[in-house]
This record gives sequence, structure tokens and C-alpha cells, in this order.
Amino acid sequence: MNAINRREFLKTTGALVISIALPSSIESALSQTATGKPSVAAGKPPLLPDELDSWIAILPNGNATAYFGKMDMGQGVDVAVQQIVAEELDLAFERVNVIMGDTALTCNQGGASGSTGLQMGGMALRNAAAEARRVLVERASQQLGVAADQLRVDNGVVMSASQRVTYGDLIGGQYFHHKLEWNKQYGNPLKVQGKATPKKPSEYKVVGKPFPQAIITEKVMGRQNFITDITVPGMVHARVVRPLNAGCSVVSVDESSIKHIATARVVREQNFLAVVADKEWDAVRAAEALKVEWSPQCDPFPTMATLHDHIRKSSITKKETAVNRGNVDEAFKTAAKMIEAEYEWPLQSHASMGPACAIADMNSDNPRVWTGSQKPHYGRSGCARITGIPLEKMRSTWVPGPGSYGRNEAGDCATDAALISKAIGKPVRVQYMRHDATAWDPKGPAGVFRGRAALDAAGNVAAYDFFAKGFTRQDVATTEADPKDTLAGQFTKYAPKGTLIFQTPAEAYTFENKRCGWETIPAMLERGSPLRTGHFRDPLGPETHFASESFIDEVAAAANADPVAFRLKYLTRERDVAVIKAAAEKARWKAGERGSRGKGALMRGRGFAYTERNGTVVALVAEVEVERKTGRVWAKKFWCAHDCGQIINPGTILTVIEGNIVQATSRTLLEEVKFDKNQVLSVDWATYPILELSDAPESIEIALINRPEMAPQGAGEPSHRTVPAAIANAIFDATGIRMRKVPITPQRMREALLRA
Amino acid sequence: MAEKFSFVVDGKSVAVEADSAMPLLYALRSELGLNNPKFGCGKAQCGACTVQVAGVPMRSCVTPVSLIQGKRVTTLAGLGTADKPHPLQQAYIDEGVPQCGYCLSGWLMTASAFLKNNPKPSDAQIRQAMTGVKCRCGTHMAIMRAIKRAAQTMNA
Repeated sequence: MNAINRREFLKTTGALVISIALPSSIESALSQTATGKPSVAAGKPPLLPDELDSWIAILPNGNATAYFGKMDMGQGVDVAVQQIVAEELDLAFERVNVIMGDTALTCNQGGASGSTGLQMGGMALRNAAAEARRVLVERASQQLGVAADQLRVDNGVVMSASQRVTYGDLIGGQYFHHKLEWNKQYGNPLKVQGKATPKKPSEYKVVGKPFPQAIITEKVMGRQNFITDITVPGMVHARVVRPLNAGCSVVSVDESSIKHIATARVVREQNFLAVVADKEWDAVRAAEALKVEWSPQCDPFPTMATLHDHIRKSSITKKETAVNRGNVDEAFKTAAKMIEAEYEWPLQSHASMGPACAIADMNSDNPRVWTGSQKPHYGRSGCARITGIPLEKMRSTWVPGPGSYGRNEAGDCATDAALISKAIGKPVRVQYMRHDATAWDPKGPAGVFRGRAALDAAGNVAAYDFFAKGFTRQDVATTEADPKDTLAGQFTKYAPKGTLIFQTPAEAYTFENKRCGWETIPAMLERGSPLRTGHFRDPLGPETHFASESFIDEVAAAANADPVAFRLKYLTRERDVAVIKAAAEKARWKAGERGSRGKGALMRGRGFAYTERNGTVVALVAEVEVERKTGRVWAKKFWCAHDCGQIINPGTILTVIEGNIVQATSRTLLEEVKFDKNQVLSVDWATYPILELSDAPESIEIALINRPEMAPQGAGEPSHRTVPAAIANAIFDATGIRMRKVPITPQRMREALLRA
Repeated sequence: MAEKFSFVVDGKSVAVEADSAMPLLYALRSELGLNNPKFGCGKAQCGACTVQVAGVPMRSCVTPVSLIQGKRVTTLAGLGTADKPHPLQQAYIDEGVPQCGYCLSGWLMTASAFLKNNPKPSDAQIRQAMTGVKCRCGTHMAIMRAIKRAAQTMNA
């Protein structure tokens, strides 16, 4: 059957959705129904974290299924989980299947979140798999009449000197009915543990090897269905209609403006507005054609040019001094030399490759939503609450989406779909248009960062003060569990309530007198704002460390110290020192070697940065070329040293780090959400450009520091935050100019060169 | 006013009834259930909807279906077969290029046509030719490796 026929076959039989959500051979082996509810006859215990059956299933053929309550956004976390489970079960890698992000099948482990896929999520699976192996060996011991410590396991076969029994023989197709210890937490902090002790790293056969991502073949051959490709019988298509001017409410809707489009109709709930039609193109056209009278403009935003002054002058909603060591103010009084600098970071958009899409069917006995969001378990709650459907009836299923790096607009799309489906009594597919994504996704917050440092007469750092002021990173929460955190909620009856939280630099400089803190300011528009903030890859990581590691570089320069030697002078933790030395070595960094420092038409320079993130340390050398005439900065080469503890898959981690570096290069050099007093003007790729292949680095060399004795730490984000300062510091080495405002566009660079 | 348009997709004759202004993307996805071309921007700015029409990469999100009458369209699913992937597909698999993978039609349908006309491209030519195709996950380094690997395979 060729691809077309296969698709058509699946579509006409209505099996497409099922085939994605529930690989049928596995699930039917476990007697689960198509709705995902465990069959009573089969006796699956309730889906609770303290049941081993919630994590691991052994099929009749002895293969295993692992149920992972986070999911992979394309970086290969599922492959690493597959390795971990195969390792602990002593099964071949290929004999483990990982099911992710379905509320009917997986426990809520917090979704994709903060690079915790392995650091937290993977550890539950490691413990569960180790316990499953222990239970299986115990059963084999009873069956064979051989002491458990006389048995070994090879690829799912339990063996004594003379006897053997397979996992499939022992339990295949049946449930364990075995309890685990559970810390009674859901989400990222969820922990489970059995009596078994996981393997020692010296025993590893599967962990630590570069297994490929099988899904890549499916994607490349055009066989992978994305969230945008899901269909359900009877489904209609919807597009949302957001206010042109932020903060405006609906006065009236002229439904006759779309009556020329067959089947098109309006769905309105207070200020939430959408159009639906039987065919997708008709929904697209209707959204464009619909005439709406909105309330008058209310100028909720400052002009873009004054954004950072607005931040400086704004009232403070919360203040926190996270680090306060020694007496900074006293030390400043006796300084031989003071260094001060301010840095600015703009609002940025997730600008995912495709706008979000979600499908909801809220009217059947088994209401369901399919979402590409990182938080299907929380989305289930949001959809249930906004429609008044009891939570326990709802099922939410994650399907790979068009790229996700945090709380993007996918978190809004599912509740939109739920609201519309409930309103029209039909299953509905909502896909956003480009402007609904770039202009209306939650934004990475803008901020102003101020560094002050005192040097004594010998050039030592006598005091260090780093302070940030900006928009909170969570106008909307990290999850869409509460409708107040979604646009559908905010456009209807739910008043928003953000969390006031910012960040201080994550580093370990041992300055004797040291103070780091932050202040947040009020949102510019409280309700339904296209400039509301939310988590965007490594929330506040690139922002904060652009400033802090640029400032460290400025202090090093003021002390006439080499940037690498200066950092090493103030760092004592072994892993920090090792990662810095590894990056310097990889780049053949030579103390005292200088870049062009402002001379020539094409200027070259190198910069250094080091950062930490929740247990992962990264050091990075960037080499740039700056073209005087055009102001173009080419981040040409990177040398990265990366220590995330135990490495599960040394293959996928390299492409994850490359992606982090390239995306952060894009954010540093190009990305800035444009707006005027009423509208976001960044609505597409022309108005929100990202890094093209022509501007991609020439090379990225990576030194992985493996620490098998440690638990695995995160790798999905930590190298992201190291990039902006490494580039800015390299620009200084090339031009002699400190670029303290991101993005460092050709225009800004050219202007700075002309001023110099 | 719906009209009937006939063309060939991935070797198979098809016909759709649609408004002549409807973009090819919706004919492929909605009418024919061919999901590989993706909606990314609707403005020919990103490449996610790219198909080849008579071997030439086109952004199906802005190409009216009426222009395709009688033409030969190739989507990502028709670029290679399970048994014999296109050398570029094989290179993408070998290099483990995609992360989210939503951009793949843009890169694979553009680069495969480029390599056909430029069998021995320089790095600079690849960078130039592929500008305008977006990847948000930042897989640019792996994309370069894969296109170069495919060029080598195709010249071998």
C-alpha cells in the first residue's frame, strides 16, 4: 500500500487518530479499550504513580512498554528513556516502546518542562524498570526453584545454570499489581521507588550509547502525523479572530459579512471570537472576511523605543535579593575602581515553526482533546474547567506539534478548541494563523539589567552587585490547567493572575561581597494581552546571563585580566573549573591573544562565557566576524564544553546542544517583538526574522564531560543561556565596542561602529 | 464557484473540486488527505508547505490550485520510497537532522531540487540556495552536514 492509500484507508476507517494515540498492537495486548480506559476485565489497577503497572507493562512476547508522563519535543528524551528502561530491565533497546503524554495512559510527570525530562522524569522510569526486573526475577526464582541471586537476565530471559524462563512466560500480558513508594507529588517533583536498586554505571550496556531517534525516519519519509494532521469523524474547522488592537472588546459582529462562505458561522463567548466551517479553507477565508466592531483603541503599550525606559521608571510589584553576601555598599565606598554597565533585552516570541493546532471533541460520552502543548495533563484540566465537563471524564492526548520551546500558543489553542467544540456541539480542529502565533503567543519578558563592581588597588573584585528589573516571566503560568492562564479564559470570564518571578544569574563566583536581585513591574495590559509573558526556552536564561556574563567580561577587562583566567580565579567548584578549562582547550584559547579591537573592514574576535543551570554547567567560546560596512555579525565558530552529569545518549545530546546554540544565536542577533501603542507588529517571518542558513555558524565543536557516577542533569536548555554573552564578548574583542542591547542587529552594530 | 482540477500527485492521478483561488496546500491536505506539506505561515515565508511541481519547488500555501491543472506534483512522501529513500532523506536520517520536523518539506523539497541542478555545490552555494527556508529548532548545522552528505552520495 503506498502512502496515499494507506492514509486514505486510515482516514476512511476513522482509524487515524487511534493509530497515533494508541499503537494498537501494544495496547490491545493489554486489553485496553480504544478510549484508553483500562478494561475492567483485564484488571489494570488505577493509573496512580504508586502502581508499577502505571509505568511498565510486559507484553506476551516479552517486550516492554514504558509509560512516560513527560514527552519529547524532538530532542530525543524518549530515546533516552527507552535506553534507561531497557538497561534496567535487561532488555534489548529495540524491545522497549515508550508511550508519552496521554492522560489515559501516563501519570502526570509535569509534561515537557525545564529540561527535566531525564533529570526528574527519567528517574521515575529508571526506578520503576529496576523494580519490575526485581519482581520478575523473584517470580522466576519461585517458578524455577532457584535463589534469585543465582539468576541472571539476558534480553528478557531469566536464566540459571540449567534453566530459563522469559519475561513473556512470567507475566506477559498480565499486570504486576505491585506497589511502589510514591512521594504523593504530581508534576516535575513526582518520585517513585521500589525495593530494587538501579544498576551501577559500570554495569551499563545500553545507557551511554548513541542510539538514533526512530521517529526521525518517520518524519523524514513523510510518514509521521503531527497534531495538525489529526482528524476525527464529523470534525469541523475553526479559526480564531483576535482583536486588532490589544485590550479592545467586541462591540458587535456582522455575521452577514461571511454569509457568502458556505457553512461558515460565528462562535462568540463574550470577547472570545472564532469562525467555524466544514472545510478548512472556508474557515480561513471567513476569519479574514468577518467584520467586527471593536471598542476604541486604549493605547495599552508604551512606544517600542521607550520600552526599556518604561521598565526603568515603572513601579515595582515585587523585589527579591537572592544573594547578599558580605557588605557590598561598604566595599563600594573604598573601591579603587568602579565598573558599571546596563544591559537591555527585548520581548521575544517563541515563533514556533508552525502555529499551534488542537482538536477537541467535548460532546461525546468520552470528551477528548488532542494537543501539541507541552502540558497535556494540565491542558486536560483547563479544557474541563472552561467547559464545565467533569475532569475525570476528560482525556487529553499529546501529539507531536510544530516545535515547542516552552509555554507557547499551543497552551491557548486547546482551550480555544474545547470552548468552540462545546459551543457548537461538534468536534472541532482549531489551527492558528501565523499572526495568531507570532503576535499572540506569550512572550519572553523584556528586562533591564544593571551590573556594578568594585576593584581594589590590586585588581581584585572587592564587591559585585547585579540587579535586574523587568516584566515577570509568568503573566501566564507554565501550564494551562487554569483557564485564567489562557486567552480563551481571559477573553471570557476568567481574570488573569500572574506569578511575580524573575531571576538572578546562576553562577558560583566567590566574590566576598556579592549581591544579586531583581524587581518585577506591572504588566502593560492585564487581560488578553498579546504581550503577556510566559516561559520561553530557558526562561530568563539568555536574558539574565547575556547581562551577567557580559558584565563579568567587562570587569575582567577593567582588571586587565584574561577572561578565562579571571573566571577561574573566582570559581572553586570542580565541575565549573573543569568545564571552563575544557572549553578553553577545545578552542585553543590563548591568554592575552587579542582580536581586531576595532581595526579593519572585517573584524574578528573571540568571547567567553560560563553559566550553570539546575546542575548542568556549560562554558562556551564564540568567534565572530563583524563587517564594518554592513554591521553584520557572523557568529562563525563555537567551542562548547558541557557537563550535564551522567550522559544517557551521547548522540542526540550533540544535536540538542547545536540546536540550543543556533537558536540562541538567532535570539541574540535578530529577535525582537515589534509593537506600537496598540498592536504587536511582529506578525510573521518578515516582521520577526530568525536565523537563516546563510548566517548559521561554520562550526560548533562540543566537548562532552560525562559523569556516569552522577544522576543525569538537563541538557535541553543549559547551553542556550551561555550564547548571548559569548557572542557579545566576542564582538567586543573584534570591535572594542560593548553591545549591551539585544538583538545585535546589523543596523545597531553599524550605528555603534559609526559612533566609535 | 467550485471547479474541477485534475493533476498527478506522487504518481497518482487525482481530481479535486474547489474554488480556483484555493491554495494547493488545502487541496492536498483537506481534499486529498496528503499531510506532508504543512501550514507554516500562509505567506511563502517559511517553506513548510513546499512541494515540487514538475520538479520545481513551490510554496503550496500561495499557489492557487488552478495553476496546477494537468501538472505533476511531488510531496515529501513521494520523494523516495520506504525501500529506496531519496539520498537526501537517507542523509537526513543518517545525520539525525530534524527535531520537531515540521519544516522538513521546506528543506527536503527545496534541497533535493537544488542538488539535482547543482550536483557539486560549495558551502556558500548551499547557504545561499536554502535561504528563505526556516528551521526554528536550530538544526542548521545538521542540515548543512546532510545536504553535503547527500551531494557526495549522489555524485558517487
